[in-house]
Amino acid sequence: MKSNSKLLSAPYTVWMTIFIVLPMLLVGYFAFTDKSGHFTMENMLSVGQYSNVFLRSIWLGAVATAVSLALGYPLAYIIAKMNVKRQNVMVMLVMLPMWMNFLLRTYAWMTLLEDNGLINSALAAIGLPRVHMINTAGAVVLGMVYNYIPYMILPLYSVLTKIDTSVIEAAQDLGANSRKVFLKVVIPMSMPGVISGVTMVFVPAVSTFIISKMLGGGGNLLIGDLIDMQFLGSAYNPNLGSAVSLVLMVIILICMGIMNQFDDGEEAGGGGILL
Amino acid sequence: MKNTIISLKDITVSYDGEQVLAGFNLDIHDGEFVTLLGPSGCGKTTALRTIAGFIRPDKGDVFFYEKNITDLPPHKREVNTIFQKYALFPHLNVYENIAFGMRLKGRGEKEIKQTVHEMLAKVNLTGYAHRGISQLSGGQQQRVAIARALANEPKVLLLDEPLGALDLKLRKDMQVELKKLQQQTGITFVFVTHDQEEALSMSDTVVVMDGGVIQQIGTPTDIYNEPENAFVADFIGESNILDGLMLEDYSVKFAGHIFRCLDSGFGRNAAVDVVIRPEDIKVVEPESTLITGEVTAVTFKGVHYEIIVDVAGFKWMIQSTECRQPGDRIGLSLTPNDIHVMHKSEYSGKFGDYSTFSDEMGEDIMASDEAATQEADDSDEANAPRETEEERKAGASGKAGAEREGRADEV
Repeated sequence: MKSNSKLLSAPYTVWMTIFIVLPMLLVGYFAFTDKSGHFTMENMLSVGQYSNVFLRSIWLGAVATAVSLALGYPLAYIIAKMNVKRQNVMVMLVMLPMWMNFLLRTYAWMTLLEDNGLINSALAAIGLPRVHMINTAGAVVLGMVYNYIPYMILPLYSVLTKIDTSVIEAAQDLGANSRKVFLKVVIPMSMPGVISGVTMVFVPAVSTFIISKMLGGGGNLLIGDLIDMQFLGSAYNPNLGSAVSLVLMVIILICMGIMNQFDDGEEAGGGGILL
Repeated sequence: MKNTIISLKDITVSYDGEQVLAGFNLDIHDGEFVTLLGPSGCGKTTALRTIAGFIRPDKGDVFFYEKNITDLPPHKREVNTIFQKYALFPHLNVYENIAFGMRLKGRGEKEIKQTVHEMLAKVNLTGYAHRGISQLSGGQQQRVAIARALANEPKVLLLDEPLGALDLKLRKDMQVELKKLQQQTGITFVFVTHDQEEALSMSDTVVVMDGGVIQQIGTPTDIYNEPENAFVADFIGESNILDGLMLEDYSVKFAGHIFRCLDSGFGRNAAVDVVIRPEDIKVVEPESTLITGEVTAVTFKGVHYEIIVDVAGFKWMIQSTECRQPGDRIGLSLTPNDIHVMHKSEYSGKFGDYSTFSDEMGEDIMASDEAATQEADDSDEANAPRETEEERKAGASGKAGAEREGRADEV
């Protein structure tokens, strides 16, 4: 039985070794070597000079995550309270934008937000002053929220639908009004969904590069762009790129570790996605 | 008489156009252990949820100490519910679950601690305060749910089939435990169950329900000994229910003979249902009594044998400590005390013949016999001997079925 399952897992083990473990080791190797392959700490040390990029990435990622949570939670809650048929329709509507190509969606926002874009034209047409929107941090956050909010809504929705109505009734029965029921039962019981939603939005938001490139202009460089530049851009330097990636990974791991602390002790293994 | 604590007046509830409770009236007295008993779908849980406030009746009013609370939301009612699946808060430990209600009321930490430990001791869970809910067994979760409700000091405790998920032995323990708690605390218990034995052993008052209507209200002994109609007689315990004719007071004719009985007030020549409990029937020699029949099945039940006897097409059940073999001819002896006469009701003819134990099985057997006969007809001649055997069987139960229908037609 045991050898059987080992045999079955063999292809996956091989796959993971070649495409996950090896690349990680390679990233580590590049991060600590120079162009000629000698060990050096120079890359890691020079990461420090990009601390403002790191801070901006984490800050914008965190803002986007918070906005997604603030918008996504009520929606997930409303959907979870609908009858099953309407729930399915709503969930499909939430996922619908994801069927469209990511690049295209972001590009669409570009044309909307541009100084001469659709929104500004509309504003001008009704006699309102134009607003500068493209190439701002706000536009980057908007792009992040727009692209990643389904990843917030879906885990929240799935957790909220699983809350047994009799538990809600029990709370009412014990004297909780609807506000207390929400605060003391619904929110704590949906924490696993919040954790996985936050994880699934924060991680890609922090490391994105397309969104900032298209909507953020030059002034809103994120870590993703920095890494992009080291591998594909003018500043070709894979060693520095690897070092930045490595630091980013460590930072994300730390963030997730902190996040998961909130979930501990309450409902161990309740569904929070650990990276 | 004690004070009426809860009063349901003319309650009507329907789901999606289907009436679950129809003109439901019930008074519950202070300190009583009341059980709502009935098959699934009879409206007993709906009645309970109406008291708790989770259901707003379409019509009618709920009174609590003569105060109309129909529009009061659940969190403002001085009643607490034990839910079927306990509904404990999975994100809180045992202590916090029990403290939940008190925290909402803004009780002091010291008082909460004292009450929680008191409650835990009451349900024999001292030392479990800091366990997680998922670490508890079903019986323990049940007791936490009870402690959580009692900590709230309800005037009335509503219990929605709380013992359904427990195994037999544990259920018996919990029955004793609940009864003890009720007597200690003096809190009014409204208990919902479909288990007649549970209802009889725990309650002060049993309310038998079917089809959203109360069939009978009474003490357990009343309900068992003096069932109001065929439904109650059949639902509470086992009973043979026969068509009878009340010739005059104290004289009833059934199964082709006239018997003396203790019932009166039905008038002359009134059609009635006659209930005879299987344990009241004495098995005697066929020569010495009026009713005789052939034993068709014997089942050993531990305490007694369950003997099914075919008396002129009607299958009687007898519970006797004497063993008989299928095929034996036996006599059935009755004393006036064993015969209980009931008015005819919509349930007459539906229950009380032991060709099968449940209606569902009876219908399924008839349908499958029919199908078997058809299949046998279709099959080739090589199966001929088996075919006749099956036909004979089908014929036999068909006769029993016809007998039941015949009885129903007379009503």
